[in-house]
Parts: sequence; structure tokens; C-alpha cells
Amino acid sequence: MAKNNNFKERFIHGLFLFNGLLVVAVLIGIFILLIVKSAPVFKEVPLKDFLLKARWNPTATFIEPSYGMGSMFVGTFMVSIGALIIAIPLGIGTAAYLSDIASPRVREITKPVIEILAGIPSVVIGFLGIVLVGPVISKIFGLPNGLNALNGSILLAVMALPTIISLAEDALKSVPLSFKEASLALGATHWQTIIKVKIPAAVSGIVAACMLGMGRAIGETMTVLMATGCSIAMPKGFLSSVQTITSTIAIELGEVPYNTTHYYALFAIGLVLFIMTFIINMISDIALHKYQKVTK
Amino acid sequence: MRKIICFIATVAVLSFSANVAMAKSDMVDIKGSDTLINVVQKLAEIYMKGHPGSTISVTGGGSGTGIAALVNGKCDIADASRGIKPKEVEDANTRGVDPKRVVIAIDGLSIITNAQNPITKLTVDDVGKLYRGDVKSWKELGGNDTPINLYGRQSNSGTYDFMKEVVMKGEYSPNMKSMNGNAQIVEAVKQDLGGVGYVGVGYVKDTTGINVLQVAANPSLGYFSPTNSMDVKSGKYPITRPLNQYLNGEPKGAARDFIIFELSSEGQEIIENEGFFAIPQEYQRYNNDLLGRSGEPEAKGTKYSVNGRDGN
Repeated sequence: MAKNNNFKERFIHGLFLFNGLLVVAVLIGIFILLIVKSAPVFKEVPLKDFLLKARWNPTATFIEPSYGMGSMFVGTFMVSIGALIIAIPLGIGTAAYLSDIASPRVREITKPVIEILAGIPSVVIGFLGIVLVGPVISKIFGLPNGLNALNGSILLAVMALPTIISLAEDALKSVPLSFKEASLALGATHWQTIIKVKIPAAVSGIVAACMLGMGRAIGETMTVLMATGCSIAMPKGFLSSVQTITSTIAIELGEVPYNTTHYYALFAIGLVLFIMTFIINMISDIALHKYQKVTK
Repeated sequence: MRKIICFIATVAVLSFSANVAMAKSDMVDIKGSDTLINVVQKLAEIYMKGHPGSTISVTGGGSGTGIAALVNGKCDIADASRGIKPKEVEDANTRGVDPKRVVIAIDGLSIITNAQNPITKLTVDDVGKLYRGDVKSWKELGGNDTPINLYGRQSNSGTYDFMKEVVMKGEYSPNMKSMNGNAQIVEAVKQDLGGVGYVGVGYVKDTTGINVLQVAANPSLGYFSPTNSMDVKSGKYPITRPLNQYLNGEPKGAARDFIIFELSSEGQEIIENEGFFAIPQEYQRYNNDLLGRSGEPEAKGTKYSVNGRDGN
């Protein structure tokens, strides 16, 4: 019997080791696939033109097809940064409220509800962008339509908020209670304690929360496809329509003939997106590690 | 534990046999054009009522997506609002797929503007100028001094291609907003004083808030409206196009039965009720040839070109 248990133990041990290694292998596999599939495009399009030129028109028939992802890169970046500008202050504020001010009752109800927000399908949020956020934006700014980068930013902020609030609240809560007590005992107000003591103490956890929120925003497809208007010109500001990298892949991959320059180019913009999210996740990971060391 | 396994096994066996049973019944998978999706769905609904046991599933995604699915063997019929491209035929042939075309309806591609825009008619050339981005203000076309906002479709749309190849004969302005479908274009133009959009005529049955422009090939030939069935069928309205369905090889089995229903007078009436137009005689003859219904021998290569981009 003991032997049997030992076998079981070792089997389960091996199974999860295999699982862990499999995830690493899949990640490396995706990276290699993206590189291999996107390499041929750079034989035809110089890397500089690919990254910086603003004209993306791979299905052109009357002129030479062009593969410049500049405006898409800017569009993706604008929508994500815009989302963070909205989501970070709101997210950290809510997290601080939940961890320090709210009564346990309020927290017990609010936190699960906020986490449910993370589960709303992105098409539903995109739909709200078309029928609700769009018309409001066009009224406020006197625009002919509300399908623009700002609309996308607002929706992505809504989608990134649960991640930011939940993780930032965890970070704030794990600041030792003695910090808060010491600050209050020295005569600081609640506000001063939160701003000057708790948030600085939890800063790396909060940075990690924001970065993970941004990772979600950059990779989001359906919402921005529906709400940002998808025009390929270089955006002039938050009130112009943009097309993000994810939307382009979603629209064009369905019908692109295999093994053509266009096909490889779609993999190449996918690779750029992968590298962008990879860097963001790395930063959040480093920040998280630092934070774990501090709290230990 | 054993009970659970038993249960799972039973469910698996049942669902498998259900699948087999489904496959035996008349299952037709249709995919493609967003212009055609509503009307084909309506046809399928009515057909299924009259033919219990038959299942017809209709999904959208755009003409390009539909044709790609047909080439990859992922659907039985591809809806397409444009002709198949030579490149797609080539691709299909290398995969052993032989695309055959049936024309099920006629569309007058409608150019729409906001109801408050005083412009009511344009030439095909003007429409091209608009979408190529050669004009920036409605003033240049004789209207108010309002900036032009272009609404179009995404590049997987057949209407996107038809507009580009046949009407504009040039590339789209990068400032055009790419919408998800015909209905979204209509909604956007309703709210935008300077907006212009192009949609299948089935989407302008309700014209509240929009103008359906009259279009002329040449001002001297006169301006015509796509909502007038006579003008579209006779080809006086300059941007008419056939709406197609592509199959792998000559239609067979359940797919053939459904196509015969679509082309019947009942089917054509449904198409007209949905705002599109019944096919004229020349296409009826073409379809009959393909279906081998006119007494003529079922020729392998029909005399009509199904490979060319005969979008107009």
C-alpha cells in the first residue's frame, strides 16, 4: 500500500512537472512559429519601412501593395495608454478605498462584483461602445461619430479596471498594519497615511497590477474592432479613428491566401504585438518580485 | 466514480450517434457574405419549415471568408457578393475543389447619405472621387460646406472589393472607417451629417434618417435609384451586381434542393420581400444550365465563365 502511494505521488509529481514544462514549450513554440512565419516578409519589405511607414494596404490592386504598420502601432499604443490614463487613478483609488476605508460589509459585496466585471465578454463591451459610449462622445465633443481612440480607451479601461483594482488591493492589504498604525499615531490623517505611507510601500505591487491591466488592454481584439472605427490613416489625436494591430489580424487573417507576403506580414505584426506584451509582462514580473522582497 | 464514467460514456455515445443521425439528414452549411446573410437566413427558415428533417445553417463573415471556407472544405455553399477571384480559383483547384457559381439575386449597391444632406444624386465618377479621398468637402460636389466622412466595409467583405474594383477603380482613402456590416454603416450615416456609405439595397428598405442617392453612369444618361426594381433589373442603375452562391462542383443532394427552392418563384418572392431583386432571364438560363434543368446536356464546362471577375 505504501509503495502504491509512493507511485501515485511520483506520478502526480511528474504530471505537473510535465504540465509546467509544456507551458514553457508552448510559449517558446509560439515565439519560434511567429519568427519563422514572419521572416519571409522582411525579404520584400525593409524592416524600417515595415515598422515606420503609415500606409497599410496589402490588398491593393491599383497600386503596389504596401505593408507599413506605423499607424497601427501608434493606434494600439494610443488606445492602451489612454485606457491606462483612465484606469490607473480610478483603479488605485478604488483599491485604496476598499483596503483602508470601506467597512468589511461594503468590501465583501464590492470586491466580488468588481471581479465579475472581468468576466463580461468583450463583444458585449464593444456593443456598449457602439450604442452608448460612441453617441455620448459625439455629443460632448460635437463630433459626427463617436467611433475613435477615446471610445476604445474608455472601454479598455473598463476591462482593465477589475485586474488593477483586485491586484492593487491585494498589494495594499499586504502592507504591514504597523506602518498604518505608526503613521496614524504620529498624527497623520487617513489621506496622508494612504498617499504617503501605504501606496509607496505597495508601489511595486501596484505597478505590477497596472502592467497586467495594460497587457490585457493591448491584446484585446473584439472591443476595439467594434468601437474604434478602424481607419488606417495615421491618427491625429484621441478623437480620430484608429485601427489596432489586433483588429487588423482579426479582419484579414480569415481570407488571406496562405504563404503570400500578406500572410507573412500578418504574422509579423503578430510578432510585434507579442514582443510588446512580452516586455510589459516582464516589467510587471520584475516589479512584482521586487515587491515580494520588500514585504518579506 | 464509476457512475460518473458510465454517465460520461453514455453521453458520449448518444451525442456521437446523434451526430451521425444529423449527418444523414439534409445538412447544408452556408457561409459568407454579410450582404446576403439576412435574406439567405430567411430563405433557410422557410425552406426548413417546408422540409422537416433538413438543417441549413447560415453564417456570415464576409464573401472572402465564405470562399476561403469553401476552398478549405469547411462549408457546402459560399455566399458571395462579388465574383470569385482568379487567385481563389487557382487555390481551390490545387485543393481539388471546383467552384461553381449560382446567381440567386440582384443587388443595386446603394449609396447613402444623411437625410439632411441636400445632395440627392451623384455620378459613378463622383462616388469614386468620394471614396478615393479626392474630395474632402461636400461643397466640391455642390453641397454644403460639411467635411465628408467615409463609411465602408472591412477588406474581407465582397462589397468592399466590388466597390473598389468596379466603382472606384482605385484605392480607398485611408481615412475611411471600416464598419462591421451593412447595418452598422446605415446607423453611422443616420447620425453623421457629413457621412456617406455603401450598402446592399436590402438594407435601405427603411429610409428614416438617410437619403438613398440616385446614381448615373453618365449625367446625360440620367440618374436612377437602386430602390426601383425595373431600373436595377434593366441595368439602368449603374452599380448593380449579381449576388452569388458558390459550390464545389455541380450542386448535388440537399444543397441542390435548397438552391432550386431559392430560384423558385417562391424563393425569388422572398428575396424581393427582403429588398433585393429577382434574377432576370439571362441568369435564370445560366442557373438552369448549371443545374441541368433546361433539357440541355449537363456539360462539364459551361459556356458561361464562372472564373472571371464579372462583378458587374
